[in-house]
Amino acid sequence: MRLTRVHVRVHKAKRVYLNHRESFWAGVRAEIPLLIGVFPFGMIYGALALNAGLSKLASQMMSSIVFAGSSQFVTAQLVHDAAPGFVIVLTIAVVNLRHMLYSASLAPYLASLSTPWKTLLSYLLTDEAYAPTIIQYERNGVQPFSHWFLFGAGLALWSTWQVSTAVGIFLGTAIPASWSLDFALPLTFIAMVVPVLKNRPAIASALSAGIVALVANSLSYRLGLIVAAIVGIAVGTFLEGRKSPKGTL
Amino acid sequence: MNIWLVMLFGGLITFLMRFSFIYLFGRFHIPETLRKALHYVPPAVLSAIIFPELFLQNQHLELSLGNHRLLAGLVAIITAYLTKNTLVTILVGMLALALLQLFL
Repeated sequence: MRLTRVHVRVHKAKRVYLNHRESFWAGVRAEIPLLIGVFPFGMIYGALALNAGLSKLASQMMSSIVFAGSSQFVTAQLVHDAAPGFVIVLTIAVVNLRHMLYSASLAPYLASLSTPWKTLLSYLLTDEAYAPTIIQYERNGVQPFSHWFLFGAGLALWSTWQVSTAVGIFLGTAIPASWSLDFALPLTFIAMVVPVLKNRPAIASALSAGIVALVANSLSYRLGLIVAAIVGIAVGTFLEGRKSPKGTL
Repeated sequence: MNIWLVMLFGGLITFLMRFSFIYLFGRFHIPETLRKALHYVPPAVLSAIIFPELFLQNQHLELSLGNHRLLAGLVAIITAYLTKNTLVTILVGMLALALLQLFL
């Protein structure tokens, strides 16, 4: 019993990182479990981007220029559908809007950093780097070296994303065209969307966006996608505002 | 369409969104409605892409058993619901499509 209590206390205690190296490697270690899921995802992206008609170089460079998984898949899909550039850019912007939330959430912990540090850490700020970092910061507060934790987590993710993309591109060239590989893109989106349909507003948001996308499909420049996304977001937000604070489903 | 310009603008916008609050900390706050709305971006955008891929063939609504992508997509939705696993969902969906194309 006593052992257990000591164990619990150690876990709850604040962890102080004495230097930048310790903090950096703690970030890398916290990222490792996430990397196991990221690696196959990056490979799938690489193979599908190539299959969608992007060049090898463009497929690879998107992983460092945009560096945001789901929007890279969406871009590949839209390139495959020959959507115009401004629609693709607009869609990337909508898909990546959530990063503003992460930015707002981490901002108080990074407030004292120099602009170069803020720039570097912002570039590395993805879903997978944000998750372990915010948990660490909320537990331990601001420390002299705590930005190195985010740097470690972000850099570990960045390197894995680049390598897995390259492996995917390499394997993608070996996949015969007769396999309907383009179908893997909507399947990827299904795998992403189903787990977030946890309550009525989310389900209504998905269904309304989907139906509007079908109806508005004939709009030129694939603007139907943007219209559908806006309708879906509005429906979800409206329904959430209407329901009682305690009612979830 | 120049893919490099698309990536450059897409990447720049993505970076600016990541940079926004970290850089401007304390100078403004996200309104509550926008914060709520952000939660519905994934279901709305992804469904707006998925539905036409499953339901339309040559720009026309196709609700028959001949629409293999719709059937395989439904199999994938059930798989995603049961497993919550991206890789398994893709593999089962691709397998379903291959089998449907072979036998139906």
